[in-house]
Amino acid sequence: MTIASLIDTPCELTDSASSKTAIVLMTRVRLARNLAGKSFPGWAAKAERAKLLETCREAVAAAPQMKRGLNVTVEELTELERQILVERHLISRELSGSKGGGGVVISKDQTFSVMINEEDHLRIQVLRAGFQLKKAWNAINDFDSGLEAELDYAFSPTLGYLTACPTNLGTGMRASAMMHLPALVIAGQMEKVVRAVNQLGMVVRGLFGEGSDASGSIFQISNQTTLGEAEEEIIKRLGSVLNSIVEHELNARAKLMETDSRKLFDKIGRAYGILQNSHLLSSGEAMNLLSLLRLGADLGVFPEVNRSLIDRLFIEAQPGHLQHAQKGEFEPTERDLLRARCLRAEFANFPRPAFVNPGQN
Amino acid sequence: MANPLKCDFCPKPATVHLTKIVNNKVHKVDLCEECAQAKGVTDPSGFSLTDLLLTSSLDPESGTAGTGTCEQCGFTPADFKKHGRFGCPACYDAFKGLLEPMLDNMHKGVTHVGKVPRIALERKSLYDRLTKLELDLTDAVKSERYEEAARYRDEINQVKQAVGEKPAR
Ligand SMILES: [Zn+2]
Ligand SMILES: [Zn+2]
Repeated sequence: MTIASLIDTPCELTDSASSKTAIVLMTRVRLARNLAGKSFPGWAAKAERAKLLETCREAVAAAPQMKRGLNVTVEELTELERQILVERHLISRELSGSKGGGGVVISKDQTFSVMINEEDHLRIQVLRAGFQLKKAWNAINDFDSGLEAELDYAFSPTLGYLTACPTNLGTGMRASAMMHLPALVIAGQMEKVVRAVNQLGMVVRGLFGEGSDASGSIFQISNQTTLGEAEEEIIKRLGSVLNSIVEHELNARAKLMETDSRKLFDKIGRAYGILQNSHLLSSGEAMNLLSLLRLGADLGVFPEVNRSLIDRLFIEAQPGHLQHAQKGEFEPTERDLLRARCLRAEFANFPRPAFVNPGQN
Repeated sequence: MANPLKCDFCPKPATVHLTKIVNNKVHKVDLCEECAQAKGVTDPSGFSLTDLLLTSSLDPESGTAGTGTCEQCGFTPADFKKHGRFGCPACYDAFKGLLEPMLDNMHKGVTHVGKVPRIALERKSLYDRLTKLELDLTDAVKSERYEEAARYRDEINQVKQAVGEKPAR
């Protein structure tokens, strides 16, 4: 598979139409692995890094899950291609900006991706649309066990998998979910949630932007610690934290509908109007408007089948995807013009909002 | 304020103060403007407070960071303070003393209880055994203990088969 054909294939995240995935958009599990007896990428000399890249690429690309996948070095990719992969969460910003010796292998369906010579020799990742923590863990566990037959991992019986940074030591696992939490943001409860989740050893991060008012109201929740707790245990604990956040979001929505539905409908109606008619849209504003329409779809203001369009646009309204679709590189102000034009076209035939009588729903 | 806090990374007064709770313990980092900039505190996308907490408490000069060099890769505690990353897997052995108090602050426990790479470990122990057998064989041949040598050769072939290598003749 080539990078061009990968980019033209929609990824897992942009294909979540089922209602189960409403609040949890996407689940991701990542494992950090290193080769025994070799310097970590950040400390390895250039020639050693190049050799590590070859060794790892060969083993990873041979995995059955990677059949007909993409196998490239970072140097082979253009700036724009890297950005698109970052926007799809298939590579990290760090790898995209790395100085040399970096590579990535991505499965044909874009659910598996393995970064080579990022902070660790291997960063294995599995993405699943919706709330699929256990499935994602099982998939990555199998993949990792297969790779282990080919590569000698750096492992200590007492400290577990040895990683470049001690914060990843032990399981080397970071499990996370991307959640859409507009009602908690509108109700001003996000800071409280962040604090409570931190107390439970999990981390909340805004996906686009920072802190408790991330644009698009999309947050990533992940485990903070990796040593002293087994993978299944971490997955279980994270799962129950996610469930309780879903619960809180649903309660916040119900409360908003009960007490402030006019204000909520006003926001959704305005978002609809702007997306259909604006001529300049920054990426941040677009995310916020899309978020409101998504909430509208969840509340029955728009037919549920339209949610997948919104989810696709969350990705496609971002700078890399936008420039790729417009076949060129553009200045930020030009991008805002193009983004507005693209969204006007996408929403031209979007169903009109049907606001149900407050209190009756 | 009574005593202005000193930056954790240089002698200048600290103006940026960060707090994080890990395992119900409060951790603090104090930084001057410049170090805050250099450590990426002002760049929300690339900033990890955990990393900062990791390195801010270390002081290579006063010796709390430990001394010595990793024999495998040449890494020093000062390098760790600078990068917040280790040089190679063997660094974990070389800087054990430096690491242990950090882990206690950073993680749920200090001992791994998760997945073990069984296949890789078995393969490693087979290779270790092979190396030893080959030494024994050379020894036996040298001192003309041929019966013993034949036994070692058989065993070597068995191990080689187990690791998927062609048997020697
Ligand atoms: Zn300073
Ligand atoms: Zn080392």
